[in-house]
Amino acid sequence: MEAFIPAAPLFVVFIGAIIGVAMEGAVPRLHRPTIQSWWTALVIVAALGWTAVDWNRGQGTLSAKASLAIDGPTWAAWVLLLFFGLLSLLLFADHRVGGGESPFVASASAVPASQAERDAIAARQEQTEVYPLLLFSLTGMMSFIAANDMITMFVSLEIFSFPLYILASLARRRRLLSQEAALKYFLLGALSSALFLYGLALLYGFSGSFFLRDIDSSITSGAGSEPLLLAGMGLVSVGILFKLGAVPFHNWVPDVYTGSPTPVTGFMAICTKLAAAVGLLRILYVALGAMRWDWQLYVAVIAVLTMLAGGLIGLMQTDVKRLMAYSSIAHAGFILTGVVGATTVISGLAEGRIGSVASVLFYLAAYGLPTLGTFAIIALVRRSGAESSGFDAWAGLGRRRPVLGVAMTIFLLSMAGMPLTGGLIAKIMVFAAAWQGHYQWLVVVAVVASLVTAGFYFRVIWVLFGEAPSEQTAVVQPGAGTWTVIWTGIIGTFVLGVCPGPLLEVLNNAAVFLR
Amino acid sequence: MENIPMLTILGLLPLVGALVAFGVKGRAGRNVAFGFSLLTFAVGFAVFHMSLHSDLAQTVDWIPQIGAHYALSVDGMARAMVLLTVILTPLVLAFEWNNDTPHLAAHKTPRWDVNVFGALALLVEGFALFVFMSADVLLFYLFFEGSLIPLFLMIVGWGGEKRRGAALKFLLFSLAGGLVMLVALIGVYAATSAAGNPTFLVSEIAAIEIDPRLARWLFAGFFFAFAVKAPMVPVHTWLPDTAEQATPGTSTMLVGVLDKIGTFGMIKFCLGLFGEASQWASQLVIIVAVVSIFYGAFMAITSKNLLRLVAYTSVSHFGFMVLGIFAFTITSIAGSIFYMLAHGFSSAAMFFVVGFLVNRRGSAEISDFGGVQRLAPVLAGTFLVSGLATLGLPGTANFAGEFSIMVGAFRVIPVMVFVSVIATVLAGLYVLWAYQRVFTGEPTEEVREKITDDLGGRERAIIGVLIFLLLFFGFIPRFGASVSEKTATATMSQLGIDDPVNGSIGGK
Repeated sequence: MEAFIPAAPLFVVFIGAIIGVAMEGAVPRLHRPTIQSWWTALVIVAALGWTAVDWNRGQGTLSAKASLAIDGPTWAAWVLLLFFGLLSLLLFADHRVGGGESPFVASASAVPASQAERDAIAARQEQTEVYPLLLFSLTGMMSFIAANDMITMFVSLEIFSFPLYILASLARRRRLLSQEAALKYFLLGALSSALFLYGLALLYGFSGSFFLRDIDSSITSGAGSEPLLLAGMGLVSVGILFKLGAVPFHNWVPDVYTGSPTPVTGFMAICTKLAAAVGLLRILYVALGAMRWDWQLYVAVIAVLTMLAGGLIGLMQTDVKRLMAYSSIAHAGFILTGVVGATTVISGLAEGRIGSVASVLFYLAAYGLPTLGTFAIIALVRRSGAESSGFDAWAGLGRRRPVLGVAMTIFLLSMAGMPLTGGLIAKIMVFAAAWQGHYQWLVVVAVVASLVTAGFYFRVIWVLFGEAPSEQTAVVQPGAGTWTVIWTGIIGTFVLGVCPGPLLEVLNNAAVFLR
Repeated sequence: MENIPMLTILGLLPLVGALVAFGVKGRAGRNVAFGFSLLTFAVGFAVFHMSLHSDLAQTVDWIPQIGAHYALSVDGMARAMVLLTVILTPLVLAFEWNNDTPHLAAHKTPRWDVNVFGALALLVEGFALFVFMSADVLLFYLFFEGSLIPLFLMIVGWGGEKRRGAALKFLLFSLAGGLVMLVALIGVYAATSAAGNPTFLVSEIAAIEIDPRLARWLFAGFFFAFAVKAPMVPVHTWLPDTAEQATPGTSTMLVGVLDKIGTFGMIKFCLGLFGEASQWASQLVIIVAVVSIFYGAFMAITSKNLLRLVAYTSVSHFGFMVLGIFAFTITSIAGSIFYMLAHGFSSAAMFFVVGFLVNRRGSAEISDFGGVQRLAPVLAGTFLVSGLATLGLPGTANFAGEFSIMVGAFRVIPVMVFVSVIATVLAGLYVLWAYQRVFTGEPTEEVREKITDDLGGRERAIIGVLIFLLLFFGFIPRFGASVSEKTATATMSQLGIDDPVNGSIGGK
C-alpha cells in the first residue's frame, strides 16, 4: 500500500471522478451542475496542492512496483496539466456565455433536432457527466505522464482518450458536426492505439520486458534483434505522435477541433498535447536513449513536416477555430524541435543548463496559456446563438470590443513568438535545445515555419482591427470563468515573456527522468 | 544622480505615456501623448548631456539560466540616436495633430481615434529607445522585434486603401529579418555556452573567441536582419509600398527612427562582435551598397508618387551609410553615424512637406500637382530647402555626413567612391525635377480648388524646427561629430584595423 503513496495525486483525481459518477445518481438534477463543477474544482485543486507539496519535498521514487515514475518531469507536468485542467474546467462550467445554457448538449441520447431534444432543452436538462469525464481524462493523462512501463502507458493512453471521444460529441449546437468529429476521432484514435499496442508487443519481443529501463539495458547490451526494436520504436512513436497531432498523423485534428465543444477543444489542445509530449520524451529518452542516433533524424523529419504543413495549410484557412487547429499542429512541430536535440545531462549537457526536457515543458506552459485564452474568446463570438468562427464573423471584433480584441491579439502574438510574450522565450529555448543537439539546420527550418505561422496570426489581427465590424455577429458577455481564463492567459503570457527566470529554474531542477 | 536609473526612466516614460494615452479617449488623449513626448524629450536631452560626464550604464541579471541581462548603456552613437528619437517623436505627433479629421483624405478609409495614434507612436519611441540603449543582444532583439507591432497597427489604423497588403508586407519582411537574426542569436548562445558560460552581454560576447566559420554564419544572420531594416536592395521592396500607404507621420517614425536600427546594428553588432567576418564580407556588402545607392536614386527619379519618391531616396541614402560603415575608416564610420542623424531629420522634413501637400490635395501622385508655388509659397520654399538638404547641399547636415563618408572611404575604395559621387548628381535630379513638376507652372483648376491655404502656424513650427536642425548640424558639424567619432574610434580599435586616413569631419 505504501508504494502507492507517492502517486497519491493521481488517485485523488481518480477517486474524485468515481465520486462524481456516483453523484450523478445521488444529487437532484437541478443542483447537479453547480455541485459537480465545484466538486471537480475541489478535486483538481487538492491534487494540485498535493503534487506541489510532494514536488517541493521529494527526491522522486518509483511507485506501484516501478510502474509509475514519480520524478521531476512527472511533478512538473502534473502541475501544468492540473493547472490547465482547472482553467479548462472554468470554460466547461461557464453558463453565462451560452445565455444561461451549458456549452454541452442537453441530452446526448436525443436525436438532433428531434422532439426529445426540444423537450430536454425545455426541461433545462444538461449532461453533467462531462465533469467526471474530465477527471477521468486527467487521471489517464497523469498516469500516462508517469508511466514507467509500456503496459501502463498503453492503458493510460486509453483511459485519457475514451472520455475525450465522448466529450467531443457533446456540443450543444451543430450536434451532427460534433458527433461526426467524435466518430472520426474515435476511429483514428483506435487505429493509433492498435499501432501503439503492436509496437509495444514488438518491443517486448525485443527485450522481454515492458519496463522502459529494461528496454534501455537490452539496447545497451546489444542483445535482441534490431529489426524488432526499430519496428517497435516506429509503431510506438506513431501512437504518441498521433495524440500530439504531428504530420502525417494529424488528419483528425482540424475536424475534431472544429466540431468539438469549444471548451473541450481547448482542453484537448493543451492537455492532450502535454501528456503526449511528456510521454514521448520519456519513451525516447529513457527507453530508447541509446538509440538516439537512429530516432533523432526520424523525429526531425516529422518535425519539419509538421511545422511546415501546419503553417502552410493554416495560411489558407478562413475560420478562426480551424486555423487554431492548424496552429496547434505547427506548435506540435516546434515541440518536436525541442525533443530532437536530446540535450540532456546524459548527452553531455553541463550541470544547471537548460536542456530539452525543461525547454519542452516551458514551451508547453507558454503555449497552453494563450491557447486556452483563444478558445475562451472563440466561444464568445456568436451568430444567432451559435458560435461563429469564420473570418467574416470576426471582422472588426477588436474595434467593437477593444479589451477582447487586445487580449486575442496578445494571445496571437505569443503564439507567433513575438517579443515580451512567453512564446518568444519558449521558442528560443526549444531552438537552443535543438542547436545544442547539433540540429542547426532544423532551427533554420523552424524559423522559416515561424515566419509562415506569423503570416496567419497577423492575418487574424488584421481581421480583428483592420476590417469593418460585422453587423450580424454578437459578442456575448463572458462569465467569470471565461474572464478568469482570459486574464490568466494575458498575465501569464507577459510574466513568461518578461521574467521567465523563476519558471525556467523550477523546470530545470525537475528535468531528469528517473529510470 | 548616480543611483537614479536614468536610462530606464527614459525608456519607460514613453511606454507609460502610451498606456495613459490608450486610456484617455479622443483629443485629450492626444494631448497627453504629446505631453509625454515632450517630457521624454526633456529627459532624453538630459541623458544626452549627463552621459558625457558620467557612466549611466546599468546591468541587472534578467534570465540568469541563459545568461541574459537587463543591461543598458549609451555610447556616442547611441547618444545620437536617442537624441534623434526624442526630437522626432513630438514632431510626428504634432504633424498628426488632427489626423482624425475626415478631410485629410487621401485616406477614405475609416480611421481610429487620434489618441491611439499617439499611444502607438509612443510605444514605437519607447521600444526604439530601448533598442538603442541595449547592451545585451537578447534585450536588443526583444525591442527590435517588439517595435514591429505598434508600427504594424499604425499602418493598419491610418493607412490608405491598400493598407492590408502594405502592413503585412512590412511585417513579414521585417519578421523574416528578425527571425534570421534569432537563429544567429541562438548560435551566439550555443557558442558562448560551449566557451564556458552562456551570455548575451555584448561586451562578454566580444571577448569570446568564436570559431571563424561559425562567426561568418552568425554575421550573415545579423547582417540580413539589419539589411532588411535599413532597406538595402534587394530586400527593400517593402519600404516604398509601406510609405505610400502609411501616413507621413508613420513613415517618419519608420524611416527616421526605426530604420536607423539597421545601420546602428551593423556598427554595434556586425562590426563589434564579428569583426573578422565583417571584413571578409565587406567587398560584397560595398557592392550591394553601391547598387542600393543607384537603384534608389533611379527609382526616385522615375517615381510617380511623392511618398514613394521619398522612400526611394532613403534607400539610396542608406546605401551611403552602409558604404561608409564597411569602408572601415574612422572618418567614414563617423560620417555614417553623423549621416544617420542628419538623414533622420531630412527624411522627416521631406515626409512632412509631402504630407502637407497630400493633406491638402488628397493625393500623392505627382501628376495631380502643378503650380503649387503660386498658391502656397511657404510650402514651396520649405519643400525646396528640405529637398536641397536631402540631396546634400553644402551647409546642410547631410552634406557633412556624405562628405565625410566619401573622404574616409576614398583612400580604401576609390573606385566605388568615385562611382557613387555620380549618384549625388542623380540626387539633384530627383529633388529638383520633382520640385519643378509639383510647384512650377500654371496650377490646374483642380489644384486651385484643393490647395487653398499656405502652411499654418503649427505646420510652420514643425518644419521650422527641422530646417533649423539641418542647418545647425550643417554649419557646426563638430557638434554632432564629437559624438559619432567616439564610437567610430572605439569600433575601429575593436576591429583591430589601423585607420588609413587621418582627418575628421571638422578637419576638411
